[in-house]
Amino acid sequence: MLDLTFEAPAPKVIQGAKEEWELVIGLEVHAQVSTRAKLFSGASTEFGAEPNSNVAFVDAGMPGMLPVINEGCVAQAVRTGLGLKAEINLRSAFDRKNYFYPDLPQGYQISQLYHPIVGEGEVIVEMAPGVARRVRIERIHLEQDAGKSIHDMDPAMSFVDLNRTGVALMEIVSRPDIRGPEEAAAYVGKLRQIMRYLGTCDGNMQNGNLRADVNVSVCRPGDYEKYQETQDFGHLGTRCEIKNMNSMRFIQQAIEFEARRQIAILEDGGSIVQETRLYDPDKGETRSMRSKEEAHDYRYFPDPDLLPLEIEQAWVDDIKAHLPELPDQKKARFMADFGLSDYDAGVLTAELANAIYFEAVVNHVEAKDGKLAANWVINELFGRLKKDDLGIEASPVSPAQLGEVVALISKGDISGKIAKELFEIVYTEGGEPAKIVEERGMKQVTDTGAIEAAVDEIIAANPAQVEKAKQNPKLAGWFVGQVMKATGGKANPAAVNQIVTGKLGL
Amino acid sequence: MSIDTDTARRVAKLARIRVEEEALPALASEFNTILGFIEQLNEVDVDGVEPMTSVTPMHLKRRDDVVTDGSQPEKVLANAPDAREGFFAVPKVVE
Repeated sequence: MLDLTFEAPAPKVIQGAKEEWELVIGLEVHAQVSTRAKLFSGASTEFGAEPNSNVAFVDAGMPGMLPVINEGCVAQAVRTGLGLKAEINLRSAFDRKNYFYPDLPQGYQISQLYHPIVGEGEVIVEMAPGVARRVRIERIHLEQDAGKSIHDMDPAMSFVDLNRTGVALMEIVSRPDIRGPEEAAAYVGKLRQIMRYLGTCDGNMQNGNLRADVNVSVCRPGDYEKYQETQDFGHLGTRCEIKNMNSMRFIQQAIEFEARRQIAILEDGGSIVQETRLYDPDKGETRSMRSKEEAHDYRYFPDPDLLPLEIEQAWVDDIKAHLPELPDQKKARFMADFGLSDYDAGVLTAELANAIYFEAVVNHVEAKDGKLAANWVINELFGRLKKDDLGIEASPVSPAQLGEVVALISKGDISGKIAKELFEIVYTEGGEPAKIVEERGMKQVTDTGAIEAAVDEIIAANPAQVEKAKQNPKLAGWFVGQVMKATGGKANPAAVNQIVTGKLGL
Repeated sequence: MSIDTDTARRVAKLARIRVEEEALPALASEFNTILGFIEQLNEVDVDGVEPMTSVTPMHLKRRDDVVTDGSQPEKVLANAPDAREGFFAVPKVVE
């Protein structure tokens, strides 16, 4: 079982000009659902296609076209809900959110305001070993994405591409449980990690496949605890919503700026106006989006083109039975089975591809060498790949090859130093590690007779050093170094050490 | 519920329908007639009756997750008042 004992992190405190303030943050994360086709049409979701080529007439809002829901999108939303330990609503329904914008040809977005497909769940956001924030999820609903407007191709016109129009999004709404900018970024990171494990969203923030709206308010220390007791928002400050951020760094910067802006207003005796704001990364500030405010009346109503979405418990159970192992479980298992540290297990499970690679390496070694294998994956392999700017998928060293290197070290066939040379050879030239060791004479000398001979030779040639070492036993290291040099690094350092100290009578 | 000329103006704006100022009182009055008719329905006791979303006795039809449509940009753009380089071209909209 997963060990879920952790302490909550301390909330971030901002020192204003007059007093101390705390932050209260809630997020709406928009995650593009990984499917082949769109939510209500058979057009492709592929990124980067020619403009307006992934568009069905449904997406273009042509008269008389009717939406038909993509079952794959429903399954992905259910999968995500299960991954966040959330309730699945067997009956949900779609509503129209009405507004006009050039990238929304229907004139409304089909969403789920009143009856979302996923209800309450939770995410555990680890901030340090044993320190984590439990963030409650309020709901997840399915909705359509809008198209893309490009404003810089013509001085007087905006260009509109409807390829993204109608692609399925999951909007994941959290409770206001997040208490600082770092926590907010870590929360988005955790959601991203879970969804990537589940395969429900690729988490590509650069392409806009994962974006967040952040609600920020400030309160005085103690007020948040009153809210927690009563769930009465009256204890919290007025919030502002910062729209549409697609970078962890921007999320943190925007929250930091927005909190300070609100504190300055409040300490000046002013009050916060609830509004939607935009973050400008160039200026590092948020500003009001008044134009959107004016049209904020979305006149939601049930979409008459769509019947309620009814799914079977057996279908949900089947999805649940096939859920992959999630990051928290994988990490706990790595720690328990291979004795990895919290940090190492965290590094290896951060990305699913890394975890899969590590497990494949471990398959080639004994369980007791899991920790050694982890060191090699994290320090040697990741370091080397980073140097070449390669992803794990493009690693020139296969898990089988790396596993063999680790096994050779573990058996005592090669020393750690030689292993690094061997790794470099496998990385650049390829080949079977054991064969390379054999062919190039890299095998460690464990034959004590050979080592003794080398030690004797060095002792005989350096009488002055021997005298010094007898005064200062630390100098034995010098002899070990000389022996290693004389044997081309192939002597077993532990054996050398033992023989040297013995012969010097230390 | 009663609709005044301000509400009528707002509704027209939200629906992007141009209504001249002098036509607003008449529009508001028409709204009120319609709403008055609808309010009559409130006289029916629907306690314990589940809201009906459709009169068709069927479940929501679903499609498989396969690409069956698209690759027709020229048709998609055929009715656009202005299109350039594969995009719809519209008067500049910038936040």
